Amino acid sequence: MYDAPLRKTDVEAQTTKIAARDVQVYYGDTHAIKDVSVDLLDKTVTSFIGPSGCGKSTFLRCLNRMNDTIDICRVEGLISLDGQDIYEKRVDPVQLRAKVGMVFQKPNPFPKSIYDNVAYGPKIHGMARNKAELDEIVEKALRRGAIWDEVKDRLDAPGTGLSGGQQQRLCIARAVATEPEVLLMDEPCSALDPIATAQVEELIDELREQYSVVIVTHSMQQAARVSQKTAFFHLGNLVEYGETSQIFTNPTDPRTESYITGRIG
Amino acid sequence: MPVTWLVFIVLALALAGFVAGRVRIDSAAGAGRPHSLPNYYGWNIAIKVMVPAFLVLICWLIVQPFVVNGAVTARLGDNAVPDGSTIGLVMSDVRRVAEGLDAAVSQGLMGADQASDLRTEFTNVRDRLAEAGVALGSNVTPQVLGAAQTWRALNANGMLLMSVAVTALALAGLVWGYVQTTPDFRARNTVENALRIMLLAAASLAILTTIGIVFSLIGNTIKFFSLYPASEFFGSFTWSPSFGGGSELGIWPLLWGTLYISVIALTVAVPIGLFAAVYLSEYAGPRMRAWAKPMLEVLAGIPTIVYGLFALLTVGPLLLSVFGRDGLGWMQAGTAVMTAGLVMGIMLIPFVSSLSDDIINAVPQSLRDGSYGLGATKSETIKQVILPAALPGIVGAILLAASRAIGETMIVVLGAGAAARLSLNPFDAMTTVTAKIVSQLTGDADFASPEALVAFALGMTLFVMTLGLNVFALYIVRKYREQYE
Repeated sequence: MYDAPLRKTDVEAQTTKIAARDVQVYYGDTHAIKDVSVDLLDKTVTSFIGPSGCGKSTFLRCLNRMNDTIDICRVEGLISLDGQDIYEKRVDPVQLRAKVGMVFQKPNPFPKSIYDNVAYGPKIHGMARNKAELDEIVEKALRRGAIWDEVKDRLDAPGTGLSGGQQQRLCIARAVATEPEVLLMDEPCSALDPIATAQVEELIDELREQYSVVIVTHSMQQAARVSQKTAFFHLGNLVEYGETSQIFTNPTDPRTESYITGRIG
Repeated sequence: MPVTWLVFIVLALALAGFVAGRVRIDSAAGAGRPHSLPNYYGWNIAIKVMVPAFLVLICWLIVQPFVVNGAVTARLGDNAVPDGSTIGLVMSDVRRVAEGLDAAVSQGLMGADQASDLRTEFTNVRDRLAEAGVALGSNVTPQVLGAAQTWRALNANGMLLMSVAVTALALAGLVWGYVQTTPDFRARNTVENALRIMLLAAASLAILTTIGIVFSLIGNTIKFFSLYPASEFFGSFTWSPSFGGGSELGIWPLLWGTLYISVIALTVAVPIGLFAAVYLSEYAGPRMRAWAKPMLEVLAGIPTIVYGLFALLTVGPLLLSVFGRDGLGWMQAGTAVMTAGLVMGIMLIPFVSSLSDDIINAVPQSLRDGSYGLGATKSETIKQVILPAALPGIVGAILLAASRAIGETMIVVLGAGAAARLSLNPFDAMTTVTAKIVSQLTGDADFASPEALVAFALGMTLFVMTLGLNVFALYIVRKYREQYE
C-alpha cells in the first residue's frame, strides 16, 4: 500500500448529525460498549479504528438499530439523529434504516439483476411514481456509486456475477439509492483488492459532499486517507476522538499512540 | 449350520491376523520407525483375510443352487416327467423331498446313511417324512427320491468344497498380509485404498439394484404389451378389467385420478408447508423452534396406513356431512378424490416444511442484513430477497413432494375408493395407478394374464413419470442455484 500524505482537512464549524451519550451495549452478560459519548458531524467522514473486538462494529450497528435483529443484544443510553432519540418507542426502526443506510464488510448483492438490486430500496419506500422515475433514480445511484459506466449495458445481468470490487460499489449504490442522510460502512474494503479499495475510497470522498459517512476500518492508512474525524476504540471504550490529523500525528492518549504505532492491536 | 461356522472361522482368522500383524510390527520396531501406526498393519491383514473369503462365500452361496439344480435336472431326464406335468413341478417335488430328508436327519429320525440309502420299494417315504413335519402332496416316485438323494449329495459336496475354499482363501490372505508386514510396507495407504474400494462397492450396489428393478419391470412390461396392444393401453379412456377376458385396460382414468389427487394434495401441502417453514426459520424464537420443528416432523413419521384410516373414519364422513346428500349434494360417499387429496396434503406438509426450512436457513445472513439495512421490513425481506434466493431449493422440495404424492398408495386405497373414472368433480370416488397395481396383483388372477401383467406396465409408467419429475427437479435446482460463499 502507498502512503498518501495526510489530507489537509477542512472541518468547519459543522452541525452535529448523530449524538451519542453514555451508550452501553450488552450481548447477554458481556458488556461490549462502555460509556461511549460522541458527536458525529454532518458532511464529514468519520472513521472508527481499533483492534478486533473493541466494539467499533457493534457501536456502528447501534446507529441504525441493526442490533435489534440480534436477540441477546441490549442497548442503553441515548443516541439521537438530528436531535431525535432513535431508541424512543415511537421511532420505527425500518424508517430509521432508510435514513441511515449501511454498507457491509462483505459485498452482499441480492440474487437479482443489477437494476433490481438498486431499485429495491426506492421501490420499498415508494420513491418513484413510475418506471421512468425509477430508471432515473437507479441511474443516478449507479453514477454516484461510480459503477454506471461498467454496468450500463447489462443492467439485467445478475448482481452476483460482478467482480468483488464492482459488487461492493453496487452495494454502495444500492444504499445511496434510498437517499439516506447518514451512510454507515462496516469495513467496506476488507474483502477487496488494492485497486478496488482505491476506487471505493475515492467514492467515499465524493459521498462526503452530501452525506455524513461513518466508516469502520482496520487499515489506519485508510482512516488517514479518507476521514476528517477519527475515533479510537479499545476494549469497548471510546479512548480518543478528534481530528484525523491530530489523532495520527499527536495523539493525547498513550493507548492511541501504542495502537497507531503498532504496539497494541 | 456350516455357513455360520465358516463365518466365525473367517472372523477368528481375521482377528488372529490383526493381532499377529500388530505383534510382528511391534517386534520389528528395532529396525527403525515403521511407515504406519501398528493398527494399520493389523487392519491390512484382517482385510486381506475377510474380503476375498466373504466375497467367495457370498458368490458361492448364490451360484451353487443354480448349478445343483441344473445337474439334477439333467440327470432326471425327460422320462421322469409324468404326462400333464412340467419339469419345474417335478423339480419342486425333488427339492421338497430333499428338504424333508434334511429335516428328518437333523431331528434324528433318520441316520445320514439311511437317508441316502432309502428306497421307495422298502419304505413309505411320504409317511416317514410326515413324521419329520414335512407334508408331501403325493407318493414319492423312485426317480424323484433318487434325484432328491443326488441333490443332497451334490449340495453336501458343494458345501464341503466351499468350506475348504473359503478357509484356504482366508489363510492365504493371512499369510500374504503377514509376509507384507515389514516396517517399509505402506499399510496406511493400503488400508485407505481398501476402504475407498469398499465404499465404492456399497455405492455401486445401490445403483445396480435400481437398474435391476428397472429390468425386472421391463421384462414383464414387454410381456404385457405382447398380450395387450400398447395403443389400447395408452389410448383407451376406459378401465374395466374382467378376468374372464375381453377387458379394457386404458391408463387414462388411473393417470387422471393420480394427477387430480396429487394436485389437491400439493395445493394443501405447498402453501401450508412453506408458510410453516418461513415462520419456523424467520419468526419463531429459538425455544419455539426447538419445540415446533420436531412436532411437525412427527407428522412425517406416521405410517401412511394410519393417514388412510384418518381419511376413512374422520375426513371422509366430515366432508360427507357438508357436501353430501344432507348438505350440498355433490358427494355420494365418504371416499372421494377430495378426501384422499386433503389427507395426502397433510401428510406432505412436514416434507415441504422441513426441506424448505433447511433451504431458507441456508440463505446467508448477509442478505437479510443487506435488506434490513435498506429499511425493508421482515415480510418484505422474506418476499423479495429470501424466497427468491431459496426458490430453486423450494421448487426441488415441491417436486420431491409431488413424486411422493404420485407414488402414495394406502391413503388412496382407503380414502379415494376403487372406481376408475374420468370425472371433474373432486367429490367423486376415483382411483390411482398405485392403488390399481395393488388390486391387480392381489387377486386370484393367472399371473400370465394381461389383467395381472398390466400392473407392471402401470408400474413402469409411474417409474418413468417420477423419474422425469426428479430429473426436472434436479435440473431446476442446478440451473437457478445461487452460488454462496
